Amino acid sequence: MTTETISITDLRRTQPRFSGIESGHRACLGCGQALAARLVTESAGPDVMIANATGCLEVFTTPWPESAWRLPWMHSLFENAGAIASGMEAAMKAQGKHTKVIAMGGDGSTFDIGFQALSGMLERNHNVLYVCYDNEAYMNTGIQRSSSTPHAASTTTSPVGKERMGKRHLKKDIITIIAAHHVAYAATASVAYPSDLRKKVRRAMAVEGATFLQIHSPCPLGWGYNDALGIEVARLAVQTGLFPLIELERGELTGAMPLRHPTPVSAYLKMQQRFSHLFKDDPRALEELEHLQAIANHNIEIYRLRGDGIDALDSEGSDTVRRGGSRWA
Amino acid sequence: MPQMLEGSMALARAIALCRPQVVAAYPITPQTHIVENISKLVADGKLHCELVSVESEFSAASVALGAAAAGSRAYTASSSQGILLMSEVLYNIAGLRVPLVMTCANRAVGAPLSIWNDQQDSMAVRDAGWIQIYCADNQEAVDATIQAYRIAERTELPVMICVDGFVLTHTMEQIEMPSQEQVDGFLPPYCFARALNSAKPISIGTLVSPDFFSEVRHSHHQALLNAKAEIVSADEDWAKVSGRAGGGLLGVEGDPGAKVGLLSLGSVIGTLRDALNEYPEAGPAKLIKLRTFRPFPTEALLETCAGLTDLIVLERALSPGSGGIIGTEVRAAFAGVADAPRIHNFAVGLGGRDIPLNIFPRLMEAAKTASPIPFAIFDVNLEKLPESER
Amino acid sequence: MIEIRIHGRGGQGNVAAAYILASAAFEDSRFSQAFPSFGAERRGAPVTAFVRIADKPFSRRCQVIHPGYLIIQDEALLHVPGVTDGLLPGGGILVNSTRSSAELKEMTGLDMIAIPANALAKKILGRPVPNTALLAAFLTLTGMVSLDALVKGLGQRFKGEVLERNTRLVNEAAKMVPVGIWKEANHAANA
Repeated sequence: MTTETISITDLRRTQPRFSGIESGHRACLGCGQALAARLVTESAGPDVMIANATGCLEVFTTPWPESAWRLPWMHSLFENAGAIASGMEAAMKAQGKHTKVIAMGGDGSTFDIGFQALSGMLERNHNVLYVCYDNEAYMNTGIQRSSSTPHAASTTTSPVGKERMGKRHLKKDIITIIAAHHVAYAATASVAYPSDLRKKVRRAMAVEGATFLQIHSPCPLGWGYNDALGIEVARLAVQTGLFPLIELERGELTGAMPLRHPTPVSAYLKMQQRFSHLFKDDPRALEELEHLQAIANHNIEIYRLRGDGIDALDSEGSDTVRRGGSRWA
Repeated sequence: MPQMLEGSMALARAIALCRPQVVAAYPITPQTHIVENISKLVADGKLHCELVSVESEFSAASVALGAAAAGSRAYTASSSQGILLMSEVLYNIAGLRVPLVMTCANRAVGAPLSIWNDQQDSMAVRDAGWIQIYCADNQEAVDATIQAYRIAERTELPVMICVDGFVLTHTMEQIEMPSQEQVDGFLPPYCFARALNSAKPISIGTLVSPDFFSEVRHSHHQALLNAKAEIVSADEDWAKVSGRAGGGLLGVEGDPGAKVGLLSLGSVIGTLRDALNEYPEAGPAKLIKLRTFRPFPTEALLETCAGLTDLIVLERALSPGSGGIIGTEVRAAFAGVADAPRIHNFAVGLGGRDIPLNIFPRLMEAAKTASPIPFAIFDVNLEKLPESER
Repeated sequence: MIEIRIHGRGGQGNVAAAYILASAAFEDSRFSQAFPSFGAERRGAPVTAFVRIADKPFSRRCQVIHPGYLIIQDEALLHVPGVTDGLLPGGGILVNSTRSSAELKEMTGLDMIAIPANALAKKILGRPVPNTALLAAFLTLTGMVSLDALVKGLGQRFKGEVLERNTRLVNEAAKMVPVGIWKEANHAANA
């Protein structure tokens, strides 16, 4: 058996405009995760190895005998991306190689069934970037709720009915839990802010140690919106404060994308079928809208997304916001 | 040079001799000493590898899989509940045809909770697609582990070396540890053709539709059947290096002219061997050691048992609601065979119950029944149960 | 073949004692085997270990039901039912105890030899771990393995100062029992 060693610069030369995922895969029209994965692999470059959990991404990119991946890639199981990645990283270390390992999983595998393996990987500080594509439900199996599903969202296992107004529980605050592992870098990102996402991928790739990215990835089928409007929906999630874009280093908030004028949550919610029950003539609907607005307001406050001054985005204010508000100054 | 070693220590040193690059483990009785000993070897700089202390057995198997797929020789070990917890990964490893070796320190599976030895754990994963080799003593465990890496890397099938928990792992006995030179001469550096490599990217673990699934399964099944030859040759070649042979697929001892055969696996073989000598009046008997359970050595079994009138199959597990596991497979092997022996199937030593020497005469007596005994737990004491449960 | 059963409590080095005895036998070119029988793993729980010593190789792994000798590391275990079960007629019992043989005979109805192993160990090792003293006394009583071999066996586990102290302990404990009086014990059942 022969082995080849190609330097990173040579890899870049042979593929100057590197594309980790090729078109022709089987994703739905307008899939947020496909876009996110493309952006991640473009920024990460060719010298990486991927451990992909079961989910939409792995299913639509690898219908055997075809594969959309131009990177060394492995899918094992639903709940072990963190552990597979740990093993790959240990192998790279043992072999003296510098190929970066990237673990990829949806919210189901990251927040729920694969959480233990992820936590172990973080605690042992393996040199792995874990990317979570958060589309807020178990989409590949038909839109069942996960712990990432937002409060009041309708899914097949948290449907709306006489006794229920969608998911009863709150969206799990995964980024805080990850940050509590005191990893060097953990951040949220969104496909609606591709430059910000690319920057965050590069920052994470440069860290020697465990890092985590939670990328909000809209799902037209699961969220129920016109598949051409994915970016607009994702942008509104950020602009309402429901999905804040923040960076945490060793558990401390070190960056946040400021909101000039936070948008009321209803603008975001009414674009999606999964929240349509909140706009029906129902006293419970108003209550739930208030809950969701309160969640958004809470995020804006704790992450100081508006800064302290009268004009939140004056030069001093935006600087304060960037550093995470005076609470963390 | 023989030395006195606790089984777990011998195993840890055997693993170290194989030069693994990544070892992953999660502690569970009675495997813990193996991993602790490996950790000490690493801490003392005697073994250079990445030791990943994972947070569950599920992750232990996954880390080993990730490492092996990424081009490093890897190792893990577990028992009982841990084997069950990692079972999903075990199926995954075999289905992905990734070479890996692990030790199963055989222990009963709860409920009821038991920390003691039987083989329900490895039997529970017999269909995962791994090669399974059972060791009669710690010397065999050392030798089989070294052979396992060669078998795994040549066949691209993972190998599970089964070692009775406590009875072997915690027993100190005389062992001949091979030298590093002997092992290096026998095991080339890890070479996995499909290892993940950014210079030659491939995708492993893709979704396979009904159009291709049967073919993949057929290929896997064939590979296991073909592995019999590799298992035999690994044992023969290692015998040339070490002077010790493990028996390949099946070992036979005792009276070659005997008409009654006693088939079993694992550490009980040692007790039965002494028992045959201790109770000559109960014999004569042939002692058949089932060393390889997967792939099932049908041809070797039929050849070895030719001419027997009775075959007593003694196993350390059962399939509740059905009966014996090995007994059932042995019967299946003889289906349609002319002059097949009467097959008596017993489970014994479940949950660590001691198997005394005198089990031999008692088994030989039991086999004299008018009709062959389909299945029974041989050493059960029904008096301990209420009437309705007997 | 000689079969020995050692009774102790978790934390007293019961299994270590068995391993050391087996190692000592090996050093004297005998074939030997040692293994424990555990209950739940915790300090204080009763633990039993078995040792076999023979002149020819053997392969049995069953527990020792008919020991030729018993070594009791904790006197309180004498009250546990079954501890002395199966002892061969004429078999020897060595107990870690400050009581006399007469006292122990009165208590249990059995002949046994006692040494105050804890106190001896405390004095020489600084910790009341009884096994080295008990093994030294045992081998002095039986003569089945030399004390030199015992020291070599200890050398597999201990080095430097600790080994030195253990060696001293061996010599001290050996003086506490009559030499070779158990040599003629009946081992009819054993090869």
